[in-house]
Amino acid sequence: MASVVVRDYIIPANDFTIAGEASSNVRKILSQLGVAPDIVKRTSIAMYEAEINAVIHGNGGQAHVEIDENKIVITISDQGPGIEDLELAMQEGYSTAPDSIREMGFGAGMGLSNMKKNSDILDIKTAVNEGTTVNITVFFKK
Amino acid sequence: MMTINELSHKLGLKIITEIPKKLERKVTGVYSCDLLSHAMAKINEGDVWITIHTNLNVVAVASLTDCACVLIPENIEIEKQMAERAAEKEVVLLSGAKSAAELCYEIFRLIKD
Ligand SMILES: Nc1ncnc2c1ncn2[C@@H]1O[C@H](COP(=O)(O)OP(=O)(O)OP(=O)(O)O)[C@@H](O)[C@H]1O
Ligand SMILES: [Mg+2]
Repeated sequence: MASVVVRDYIIPANDFTIAGEASSNVRKILSQLGVAPDIVKRTSIAMYEAEINAVIHGNGGQAHVEIDENKIVITISDQGPGIEDLELAMQEGYSTAPDSIREMGFGAGMGLSNMKKNSDILDIKTAVNEGTTVNITVFFKK
Repeated sequence: MMTINELSHKLGLKIITEIPKKLERKVTGVYSCDLLSHAMAKINEGDVWITIHTNLNVVAVASLTDCACVLIPENIEIEKQMAERAAEKEVVLLSGAKSAAELCYEIFRLIKD
């Protein structure tokens, strides 16, 4: 696993027929590379939450993924409304998801905290009316 | 310890997606929750996940958490789109007549010894 794997994905807004496909694809790549199953699981949970947030809250966006022998770095960015109070949004249970989204099972307000728990480094940059960029790093070895 | 196949027969569950090799997988737990991010955080590998949602996101969460199978209670109708996606992602999908609570109880009783 010496070479670097780079992937880019488009994340369309509000399209639940393909929401999660980028995460699913990255999960497959990591498994094929022989990354430990618990690391694969943590990575794909963190990425899925960020991907779904871009779909639901961010008007869609894009994902950029880089994998080297030690780690995976995932950048998910959107040009959506941004997050006004990030500290508040990080709290479990806080959600602004509308009813139509809640009916599908989203809106527990646990996505950001799942990202935090499952990544080694989580960095979120957000500005109102400009968008949100979520950076997730997971190391393969402790 | 029991396989998905054995469990389905014992409880009279309907197998919606037939993935033969996956039906031999051992069931090690049961978890029920309809909030996807919550389920995502709490489902353990090998769990039967009981949820009333029948949308594509359920298949994604099941696949990412590597649960043993998804069980839809109360004979809730499963959309064709969901069944097709489950087959594609190799997620075993089951359907049962009883409520989530009753199914949890029965599965728990069967697998605990
Ligand atoms: N990319 C984003 N753009 C704009 N707002 C966002 C974005 N991501 C998160 N938020 C805001 O932060 C809140 C909390 O996000 P979080 O993922 O924790 O919960 P949720 O998406 O509402 O529900 P869940 O993830 O549990 O289904 C959201 O309800 C939304 O207000
Ligand atoms: Mg979310």
